[in-house]
Amino acid sequence: MTPYEKLKLTRQNGRPTGIAFINGVIDDRVELHGDRRFAEDAAIISGIGSLDGMPVTYIAIEKGVDLATRMKTNFGCPKPEGYRKALRLMKQAEKFRRPVVCFVDTSGAYPGAEAEERGQGEAIAENIIEMLGLKTPTISVVIGEGGSGGALALCSSDRVYMMENAVYSVISPEGCASILWKDASRAEDAAQCLRITADDMKNFGVAETIIPENYEDFAATCAIIKKNLKDDLTMLLQKDDDTLLADRYARFRKFGIYEENGETKGTVSYTC
Amino acid sequence: MIFDKWIAAFTHEKLTCSACKKEFSVKELRKSHYICPECAKYMRIGGRERINQVVDKKSFEEFATGLSSVDFLEFPGYADKLTKAIDATGEDDAVICGHATVGGYPCAIFVMDSRFMMASMGSVVGEKITRTFEYATEHNIPVIGFTASGGARMQEGIISLMQMAKCSAAVKKHSTEGNLYITVLTDPTTGGVTASFAMQGDIILAEPNALVGFAGRRVVEQTTKSQLPDNFQSAEFILEHGFADAIVPREELNDTLATILKLHGKEQAAV
Repeated sequence: MTPYEKLKLTRQNGRPTGIAFINGVIDDRVELHGDRRFAEDAAIISGIGSLDGMPVTYIAIEKGVDLATRMKTNFGCPKPEGYRKALRLMKQAEKFRRPVVCFVDTSGAYPGAEAEERGQGEAIAENIIEMLGLKTPTISVVIGEGGSGGALALCSSDRVYMMENAVYSVISPEGCASILWKDASRAEDAAQCLRITADDMKNFGVAETIIPENYEDFAATCAIIKKNLKDDLTMLLQKDDDTLLADRYARFRKFGIYEENGETKGTVSYTC
Repeated sequence: MIFDKWIAAFTHEKLTCSACKKEFSVKELRKSHYICPECAKYMRIGGRERINQVVDKKSFEEFATGLSSVDFLEFPGYADKLTKAIDATGEDDAVICGHATVGGYPCAIFVMDSRFMMASMGSVVGEKITRTFEYATEHNIPVIGFTASGGARMQEGIISLMQMAKCSAAVKKHSTEGNLYITVLTDPTTGGVTASFAMQGDIILAEPNALVGFAGRRVVEQTTKSQLPDNFQSAEFILEHGFADAIVPREELNDTLATILKLHGKEQAAV
């Protein structure tokens, strides 16, 4: 599959959305609503539950599975109140040093007028900075589309997993093509240039783990996610707060490829 | 070469106001803080000019120099755009960082320069801003950041998105240590910069009429399917909606920053 075919696959009818992953991975679920500030946003489904006996806070972006649910969830484009609801639950998780698991699937934060009025940029900025300082382990799983800042607002974590066919990008290939070439139909080329696949993310160090997808047996796929989450969270929970935060700092500090006084610097062993 | 430019700037270089199209000498514009003497439009200012306006004379010392962008994705057109931007501005990339004093108070400062690829944020911008916060954390001093940006630099793919988190992590550390961060939102502050360090200041100031928003106006119009008010995503709009602390006219900015720094002076805190 080309990168663009993968992107289209993530948008396809019938692909499991956030709610399917929650149901498949988290037990003892108690859903919690609202940002306590303004509203409830159905694009974010969140609550507490257990992961093979370990209490966790779960947060998922839900795209909806049919027209009615898609309208309700804004096609998986969270509004500021959605991000603020997620942040509220993350701060609550921190209080109990309960790990946070995020399932991410969005073409981007909702770009409507009311979202701008209510500070979409501020909501995302706040989530990113607060996640980076959260004194409890965090893991994000990109299950479909990881769309730009709207995804990063739930991906500033200790670990990122990518589903095998999921994508993660700074801008949608359509948006990129229309800005660069004034031609949204060249999205396929843009997808190629942007490097958006799970393999690319692993290569860049943006993701640690790729989860194989098994369409015949979604339960088996969920079992793999569960095992990875349980193992990584168990390990992360053993770190004291200072170590956890220092390691998270280092995880993000490394990103960048540039030249300094003639010498190429940057983490990445990435080559095109 | 830079010296030549500087001489030229003082003698005959002229700039045109984008609003009223009148031409003014740079000398004249410096006096007016680059506010159009004819129509009062806030003209965009280059990074070094901005620093001259804001910091105490001869107090600025630049750091994190010699960093330049790499076209590591071999992204169509990127190398060309970089060369053009470097030639047009004489700068290595879209942000200038250093330390200085304002009203006698030491601070670290970063200034984004919209003339360089609309100050989009790639590895170099992210690295330099991160180093600014790390320097300020180490020296226990405030950061003043002038933001301007079209957003993340898509020619660097996902690595440009990661700069938002990298900078935010450095802001967080600086903040946790009890240090002050003032952002000044200048025209235009949008996209990934709005959605990260521009909105993370303890105190957020904005220049009159500056464009400040997350999504682009055209995208919002398409989503909303209606005409947006003229002042949509202006500094006044975000002030009205509670996302900025104050709008400060350019000629008062220096005094306002100095007063804020004074009120956060460590000597004061110790008393």
